[in-house]
Amino acid sequence: MRAKVHVFLKPGVLDVQGKAVEQALHGLGWGGVDHVRVGRTIEFDLAATDATTAEAEVKAMCEKLLANTVIESYRVELA
Amino acid sequence: MKAAVIVFPGSNCDRDCKVAIERSTGAHVDMVWHGDTALPDAIDLIVLPGGFSYGDYLRCGAMAALSPIMAEVKAAAERGVATVGICNGFQVLCEAGMLPGALLRNEKLKYVCKAVDLEVANAQTRYTAGYAGRRQVTMTVGNGEGNFFADEATLDRLEGEGQVVFRYLDNPNGSARAIAGIVNYRGNVLGLMPHPDRAFEAELGSADGAILFQSALASA
Repeated sequence: MRAKVHVFLKPGVLDVQGKAVEQALHGLGWGGVDHVRVGRTIEFDLAATDATTAEAEVKAMCEKLLANTVIESYRVELA
Repeated sequence: MKAAVIVFPGSNCDRDCKVAIERSTGAHVDMVWHGDTALPDAIDLIVLPGGFSYGDYLRCGAMAALSPIMAEVKAAAERGVATVGICNGFQVLCEAGMLPGALLRNEKLKYVCKAVDLEVANAQTRYTAGYAGRRQVTMTVGNGEGNFFADEATLDRLEGEGQVVFRYLDNPNGSARAIAGIVNYRGNVLGLMPHPDRAFEAELGSADGAILFQSALASA
């Protein structure tokens, strides 16, 4: 099973990188762009074969290491 | 008096910390590798130095917070041992859950390296007692991710409990409520972005950092 974890700064936490990218996109003429957020994706293979176990495992990994839940939220995709 | 400086792969202020502590306090300083599983006996002060532990991979301080030695650092802090995280060390303490909040990318996206004036927001802590009522001190900062963040309730609690120790007079990185350094509720774990280890004698522009190390050991 392949896991994809998407980590972003929480809404309300200033994403200065997102802001800089947004300004650059505006500079290139895409004036309609708003609320850019820059995050990261972490992908890995999992030995677990059933989705419930895998999801619980990945969630624990997020809470312990992959995300800092003081400032970040995460979303897990399993395929 | 005995101090330990924890050395992570990518620490770069570990030697500075050793020299700063030795010269300002005369304490014996052991360098402790992050992979070790024990601290030296009868330690009075633990310092987590600045640098780029693990290349700042994932998040600043995230990997270092999981180093084998950190279990010992946590246990020592719980026993009341003075524990100071400077710059990257502050990030490690936050990632390890030993201090509340987190350090974000600087507001202006720039690495800021300069001397900063700090307000001593709480002169009663074991780290600031030596300033003897002085309200302002000078140290230097050097960080790209020194923008202190915590939710409003946490910030209110930190202020209400006197856990805000230092504040920037001219906020260089966008830190919430201009916070430069905080202690835990018990008051023995200090995290700060400015470097006392780069301000321990007049030749460096300020000797105010020496007083912090002296205070930490005076109450040990």
